[in-house]
Amino acid sequence: MSSIEERVKKIVAEQLGVKEEEVQTEASFVEDLGADSLDTVELVMALEEEFETEIPDEEAEKITTVKLAIDYINDNLA
Amino acid sequence: MKGRRVVVTGLGMVSPVGLTVAETWENILAGKSGAAPIELFDVSAYSTRFSASVKNFDSDPYIPAKDARKMDVFVQYGMVAGIQAFEDAGLEVTEANAGRVGCAIGSGIGGIGQIEKNTEIVRTAGPRKISPFFVPGSIINMIAGNLSVKYNLQGPNLAMVTACTSGTHNIGLGARLIASGDADAMLVGGAEMATTPVGLGGFAAARALSTRNDDPAAASRPWDKDRDGFVLGDGAGVMMLEEYESARARGAKIYAEITGFGMSGDAFHMTSPPEDGRGAAASMRNAINDAGLDVSELHYINAHGTSTNAGDLAETCAVKSVMGNAAAQVAVSSTKSMIGHLLGAAGAVEAIFSVLAIRDQVAPPTINLDNPDEGCDLNYVPHTAQQREIRNVLSNSFGFGGTNGSLIFRRLD
Repeated sequence: MSSIEERVKKIVAEQLGVKEEEVQTEASFVEDLGADSLDTVELVMALEEEFETEIPDEEAEKITTVKLAIDYINDNLA
Repeated sequence: MKGRRVVVTGLGMVSPVGLTVAETWENILAGKSGAAPIELFDVSAYSTRFSASVKNFDSDPYIPAKDARKMDVFVQYGMVAGIQAFEDAGLEVTEANAGRVGCAIGSGIGGIGQIEKNTEIVRTAGPRKISPFFVPGSIINMIAGNLSVKYNLQGPNLAMVTACTSGTHNIGLGARLIASGDADAMLVGGAEMATTPVGLGGFAAARALSTRNDDPAAASRPWDKDRDGFVLGDGAGVMMLEEYESARARGAKIYAEITGFGMSGDAFHMTSPPEDGRGAAASMRNAINDAGLDVSELHYINAHGTSTNAGDLAETCAVKSVMGNAAAQVAVSSTKSMIGHLLGAAGAVEAIFSVLAIRDQVAPPTINLDNPDEGCDLNYVPHTAQQREIRNVLSNSFGFGGTNGSLIFRRLD
């Protein structure tokens, strides 16, 4: 079983069409990985799917970097 | 056409018989059919189980996978045809001319595949699971929108929707915008991908489709005694139109001039034409008058010719009423006999065939025309292409709702 970090990075890479090695932990979806506002909505949906959870809109808006995504999953699912 | 002269300088196409203009045209002149059994979904419960769909399509060389994933397939087809046409034209778009270059690319049905998929999602998983790209990936003007972003086209950005006349209307109205001075260049055409569970089912329910399931390649047989409806087709056609003087000044390759555009409404019935084809005749006559053409100079007609009982006969009546004695000389063929009916893309791919007929001085064939029906007695170019002098071509499209359009292209000397 992959770690949460690996799973998040894999999804980010798939959703944003970038290589997995480009997905640094500190990377911002919009500024570093070329996402637009709709990409980030879809990315959160993919995370919900992967981790079988529901992320409320007000929380989803705050998830703007790879690290924040990993932290959210760790805090809410671990 | 009143105003400035308009010429065709670039062509692009994705069709049931090819992924480029060159590949498609070669197969069209060879009389190859693109109809085949549907394998995309389970068709066992359908009365029609085949279509003329695009084979081996790969958007990758044209559209980054990340972007293609967000587009309905009809948008992908339209984008690929648009990119091919833009590259073929070689027009340079700069900050100085960007506002003078636009797009008019429509569709008859649009993103029905995405609509079906997201309808299923909302039923099974709820509204929160609808893709944020559902709306921008499926609405009809998104080919024009995406091409404008890709090439910085800041001129008029349109997508006319008139069922099976969409492609023709987008080309004609795009040409008008150039003639009138609203733009200097326009990417124009149409795209379609309606071979989906609901799309196929809808046309089958309207009793519009051939049910010749045992022999798909012989199903589209315009003007033949045994025709029994049209064959659903998918694909896209886009052409670059430019104002003549500026195209010549930059040394563009010019395929043909667009000299006439006519339109009309049947005001008769939602899906059937009047028997005498008077709406079709009015559309053709308007185009011929717009071009200032003597009918004896019209050498080839790319017919709407869908292989339906009423439509094929009505169009034949229309040709005779418009052309009189000259109808005996004109070549009239239906390329739908090979590629089926591409609905909102039909007029676009057929306008491209019309332009190529002028370039190569050849009328493409109507395949499967073994026994012409009573009253169907024009030169329909049966079975094999005919080399002949072609200076002026007319291309017809007629759509549900009784909406008609005709284009005329002329050979430049």
